[in-house]
Amino acid sequence: MTEPGQAANALELKDLSVAYRVGRRNRAVLRNVNLTIKAGEAYGLVGESGCGKSTVALSVVRYLPRNGSITGGSIALDGKDVMKLDAEALRRARADSVSMVYQDPGKALNPSLRIGRQLTEIFELTGVTGQAAQDKALAMLNRVRISDPASVMQRYPHQLSGGMQQRVAIAMALANDPSMLILDEPTTGLDATVEAEVLDLIGQLRRELSASILFISHNLAVVSNMCDRVGVLYAGMLVEEGSTKDVFNDPRHPYTVALLRCLPRGGQRKDQGRLDTIPGFLPGIGATIAGCAFADRCALATERCRAEPPPLYELGDGRLSRCHYHDKAQSLPRATPAEIAAAAPKQAPPVLQVEGLNKTYASHGRPLRAVKDVSVSLRPGETLGLVGESGSGKTTFARLLLGLIAPDDGGSIELEGKQLAPRLASRSEDQVKAVQIVFQNPDSALNRSHSIRHILSRALKRLGGLSGKTLDTRLEELVRSVRLTDRHLAVKPRQLSGGLKQRVAIARAFAGDPRIVVCDEPTSALDVSVQAAILNLLADLQSRQDVSYIFISHDLGVVRYLSDKIAVLYLGRIMEFGPSEAVFSGPHHPYTEALLSAVPKLDRTESLRIRLDGEIPSAANPPTGCVFHTRCPRKIGAICETQEPELTEVQPGHTIRCHIPYAELAKLQKPKTMETA
Amino acid sequence: MSATDTPASLPAPHTAQRSPWGEVLHSLSRSGTFLTGLFILLFWVVCALFGQHFVPYDPLASDIINALTPPAADHWFGTDQLGRDVFSRVIVGSRDILTVAPLATILATIAGTALGLVIGYFRGIVDDIVSRVLEAFMAIPVVIIALLAIVALGTSKITVIVVIGLSFAPIIARTVRSAVLAERELDYVAAAKLRHEGALHTMFVEILPNVIPPILVETTVRLGYAIFAVATLSFMGFGIQPPSPDWGLSISSNYGMIGGGFWWTVLFDALAIASLVIGVNLVADGVHGAFND
Ligand SMILES: Nc1ncnc2c1ncn2[C@@H]1O[C@H](COP(=O)(O)OP(=O)(O)OP(=O)(O)O)[C@@H](O)[C@H]1O
Ligand code: SF4
Ligand code: SF4
Ligand SMILES: [Mg+2]
Repeated sequence: MTEPGQAANALELKDLSVAYRVGRRNRAVLRNVNLTIKAGEAYGLVGESGCGKSTVALSVVRYLPRNGSITGGSIALDGKDVMKLDAEALRRARADSVSMVYQDPGKALNPSLRIGRQLTEIFELTGVTGQAAQDKALAMLNRVRISDPASVMQRYPHQLSGGMQQRVAIAMALANDPSMLILDEPTTGLDATVEAEVLDLIGQLRRELSASILFISHNLAVVSNMCDRVGVLYAGMLVEEGSTKDVFNDPRHPYTVALLRCLPRGGQRKDQGRLDTIPGFLPGIGATIAGCAFADRCALATERCRAEPPPLYELGDGRLSRCHYHDKAQSLPRATPAEIAAAAPKQAPPVLQVEGLNKTYASHGRPLRAVKDVSVSLRPGETLGLVGESGSGKTTFARLLLGLIAPDDGGSIELEGKQLAPRLASRSEDQVKAVQIVFQNPDSALNRSHSIRHILSRALKRLGGLSGKTLDTRLEELVRSVRLTDRHLAVKPRQLSGGLKQRVAIARAFAGDPRIVVCDEPTSALDVSVQAAILNLLADLQSRQDVSYIFISHDLGVVRYLSDKIAVLYLGRIMEFGPSEAVFSGPHHPYTEALLSAVPKLDRTESLRIRLDGEIPSAANPPTGCVFHTRCPRKIGAICETQEPELTEVQPGHTIRCHIPYAELAKLQKPKTMETA
Repeated sequence: MSATDTPASLPAPHTAQRSPWGEVLHSLSRSGTFLTGLFILLFWVVCALFGQHFVPYDPLASDIINALTPPAADHWFGTDQLGRDVFSRVIVGSRDILTVAPLATILATIAGTALGLVIGYFRGIVDDIVSRVLEAFMAIPVVIIALLAIVALGTSKITVIVVIGLSFAPIIARTVRSAVLAERELDYVAAAKLRHEGALHTMFVEILPNVIPPILVETTVRLGYAIFAVATLSFMGFGIQPPSPDWGLSISSNYGMIGGGFWWTVLFDALAIASLVIGVNLVADGVHGAFND
């Protein structure tokens, strides 16, 4: 292993260019990328989807897809030129010194082999056999702090949760004691709290291992917490580089400035203004770029920018920026004006009133209470944010509202004062069109065989009851209201980008003038710049049409931006419910507190972080007493294990389910400032 | 409203890209397997349609004096025991099998697709019962079903079409069902429910277009089997009836003569069947490949 401070850099890319061959042409994906990672350093690579981040990672281990090729430059690992290695030496280098962890842990694990077998296999490759390999495998699982490693060894990958799978994938990556660890979006598929745990783990391992890390993520906050230095990639070029603190606090490239502005920060809310966006799109692969690659989207662009490609200017302190006007970068004008008309305070009677809603599934003959005794109410034009780890019942609750699944007998759902039938089939046409949904994944939500025109016309016909001329007129309005145009109508969904597809999905949900739209993670598949545009659109539609949202997201910054009320769910129960500001600013339930502190923050103000230990318990076998007691950092004693606390109103409209009195919670939580990123 | 988030700043749809069907056609046009198969198939289709007009002899005209002459310049493939020209009979003999087998396959596809959609969409008890019945049905060899049906209904082309069509339908239904089971979990099906769409609309307008690729693949594979089944039935005397110059029929009436050394009365018909089956299978392989890469 390389000692920190030793001469050789862990990774050195010199003028690296990579192209993919598409339609008989080599298209440039990476253009003269220069990048150095020192021994023991953690380097973050950020940028929009498609900018070439994964291509960098794949080039380093020479795992490019068949049609990819390195067209220029060099790659040196530990001072050794990777391009000059023969097949055997390359295999050795991969086995001995580099490891990669991908976004989807499922891909790294063989579904048909037990975890123990897969881990010992790696050690057997290095010559350790039998019991010794078994012991090493177990030690490795201990190292990634998985609970009950001996039983994990016996299990198959599908019997582990996403977080546990990713820990195993990391254990496998660490097995060869690599000097270079490449992490490509290692936490993107995970829940916020699981993400925080895995990031903590990576941070701790870093100190133990002194491995160098290349950390790829589109989540700026995550990178800011993990990395010493960061590089911003745009259209296959490094456009800015520097220490993480400098780049995020004092960006010098308009692209970085714009990316940072897309995020709802510091508790920003929809009624305080719209998010900024980045107009336009990343140039496609292989595009010829005359001047600055960002010029088409940059409000600071001048003639010079279009004619003269900016070099990587050195700004001192190891800072680089590929912008002619790097000193003015932060004066980049907003692409989207922030101003909005002030909304009148809502006093209308509730549009939605849910009382005592339950849903019980049967799981191996045992009842599984996916949603237990949930009551919420929502006024027109308000957003209810649903927050909680995966398995907490958010999606089940949304599907109950929609009537896609039927609740247990007893509870009631009232829409504008009228009882909603539990089953969709027995709801009236008016009730059906009043409650609609925007799904997480537009590829699944839009029928790939139908044109956008067909999809939207059908919705207008069924939900809006329209036909003929009136339908066509309304179709035009609808398309315009989500800022699409006629030319988007003739195409099939796959011809649109993710953000455009999501606009179509939103238009479909709005076809019948809904009263309530469920948004189930509507932006989690999108880049931050596209996310900002979609959130703005949702906020605009809401202020114009007085529609209410049930908004589900694991990104608490996003939830906070859009929500007026928050319900925090844990194992199907509401732990806290109240006005968004009250829930976020506290005092709040210990679970809410833990969720909030798990959010990685851009400004790296690591306050006292509260961690949730272990996995979320099974809903089929919930803990006795307070269901959160097995993980609660503030547990007060036996009462938490024996008696389930009531949901108590602590302030008007704000309820908390905890044995700790509100005043006490206030005292306990006071010293910290609970601000989300 | 934002200044930059206007329609003009959004990207145009990628119309230059090939559509999925364009992609399939493109890969078919470059697949040697598919093109070879297609060539063989088209050859027989042309023979079936126009063979009548270009064969040297009337395939049905007997000429007892010249019976059983071996292949020679005036009779390329020789003559059979009635002195009929084997070459002309082989060419024109493609007509009946190329009518009956495709019609049977189309019937199987339509019935199988409808059945597969219904059981895949409704699942539950409908699926359980129908799937069991289909499994039991598929366990019986086609020939046995055919014999029973023909005993009951008498021989005719229609009977052959119906028998082969219905006995292949369960196989197609099974393929369609598994494709539908995957599709119905997608959110666009939930979206259809949220518009109160009826089951028929959801099955045929929403789901069906997305399960066409596996249906096409299965159909071409089935066509190969159907050709074989028609030939077998004709050979056994339950299929196409005399005086058609059908291949299976000819083999059945002549194969007793191989012992006498009159191999040409059987060989060319057998080769014709083989070439057609191989041609269709090559097409099927090509189609399968085009949809699965
Ligand atoms: N095998 C391939 N053939 C052709 N183009 C490809 C191939 N793999 C990737 N690309 C294209 O190359 C560009 C860079 O891809 P890459 O996967 O490196 O991006 P990324 O930054 O990792 O994106 P993401 O954030 O979505 O993972 C994209 O436009 C992508 O569509
Ligand atoms: S060089 Fe010009 S166009 Fe490019 S980022 Fe800088 S100001 Fe914008
Ligand atoms: S009741 Fe006890 S265990 Fe439950 S949240 Fe409150 S303190 Fe924690
Ligand atoms: Mg990637």
